[in-house]
Amino acid sequence: MQKLKLKHPAAIRWFHWINFPLLFLMIWSGLLIYWANDVYRIGPLHFFPAWVYRVFRMDHRLAEGMALHFVFMWLFVINGILYVAYTLISGEWRLLVPRSLSTFRNAWHVVLHDLGLHKPLPQDKYNAAQQVSYSGIIVMGVGSVLTGLAIYKPAQLAWLAALFGGYEGARLIHFVLTIGYVLFFVVHVWQVIRAGWNNFRGIVIGYELVEENE
Amino acid sequence: MNSWHPEIVLPEDEIKRALRRKTRRDFLVGGLAAIGAFGGYKWVRSRKREDGLQWPERKILDMNGQLAHSYFSDSHLMPTYSRSDVGWLKPNGDIGMDEDADPDPWVVKVIADENGSELNLSLADVKALPKTEMITRFCCIEGWSAIAYWGGARFSDFTRKYFRPDLKLTNFVYMATPGEDYYVGLDMKSAMHPQTLLAYEHDGKPLADEHGAPLRLVIPGKYGIKSIKRLGFIQYTNERPADYWGEQGYDWFAGL
Repeated sequence: MQKLKLKHPAAIRWFHWINFPLLFLMIWSGLLIYWANDVYRIGPLHFFPAWVYRVFRMDHRLAEGMALHFVFMWLFVINGILYVAYTLISGEWRLLVPRSLSTFRNAWHVVLHDLGLHKPLPQDKYNAAQQVSYSGIIVMGVGSVLTGLAIYKPAQLAWLAALFGGYEGARLIHFVLTIGYVLFFVVHVWQVIRAGWNNFRGIVIGYELVEENE
Repeated sequence: MNSWHPEIVLPEDEIKRALRRKTRRDFLVGGLAAIGAFGGYKWVRSRKREDGLQWPERKILDMNGQLAHSYFSDSHLMPTYSRSDVGWLKPNGDIGMDEDADPDPWVVKVIADENGSELNLSLADVKALPKTEMITRFCCIEGWSAIAYWGGARFSDFTRKYFRPDLKLTNFVYMATPGEDYYVGLDMKSAMHPQTLLAYEHDGKPLADEHGAPLRLVIPGKYGIKSIKRLGFIQYTNERPADYWGEQGYDWFAGL
């Protein structure tokens, strides 16, 4: 028998879809800022080669990037705080937060399964890998806000900058976390495509069509 | 969204119809919300510019500045370092420094807005004040930073000595190169911060030309754009002063 099962409460769906363009805007404006002093590299891998700025027209837009970053940071942070508050108050956090070390072990099994190397594990609403990544992304968000504040106000919040190894340390962590969001996004979208339309529709309308035998 | 049922159980054909209805409605709502958000963004980005920045963004940046200003305290200091941490300081920006600087006789013209009194001070007048040395991080708005060693007089000492002490301090101070090609505006609280120096030494030596000889401002609590080189003009004022980069889309406060 088929039925419609509520998967994502309306609040979560709104927070999710509001966050999407805001995070995009924060990354985009962050790159406009980063262009002015693009010092990070891993060996020969330079963040970023000149053509990247040229193709996306990201050069010579520092003032614009800073303004966007420091305007939209408010909406990004408020939406994030409301999301966390909602999951705490509604109890939704219980489904999202890894409850024991075994979650991390299971998350690894989920990854192996996704790569076709392991048989599936039983799961609740979110599987172990989702629990780890959806909780991890919140920790990353908190990290971005704190390191962001540390480089935004390194004099007034010198203690906060010190916590991240000083101004330069905080700047590096802020950048690495941003790269982390991009990687998260790539894997997330790939997984959504794999999971199919019923799953994707769930984050828009809230309900999933499920088959249940009585 | 309508009321919230954990499960909807209906006969086979009705469930398909219910699902289609929900899908249609919520994608429509989502689409409209996306169009609205995009429209709002486009609206903000197409507003008239104030000092090179769309006015809604300018307003928020000024609010951010006010918020930081209210939290600002003389006891919040930029960390200080030791001599061995000092690094190379990139000499960025040379606007207003095309004429050769002649430190003798160097004249700093000081105007106190309220009574219009005008004062011409020499480098010796600045050097007569207690000397402060500090090793602080210089943060460029471009993103790089360097630890630099400065020597000079606190701007607060300068103000107490040369701005009439019986007068109430003005809200702002304006500083410029001799020809006013480069100029910065500062809120008085930041200007009077103990780490704000009128510097005449860098690395233990008189300022090099590219670092703003013979006298410059060093204000580690703000981005480097505010640390004006080759200082020739100071005005105490209650009007928020013009600021070179603040007029080109950057935050006026630029506080760290």
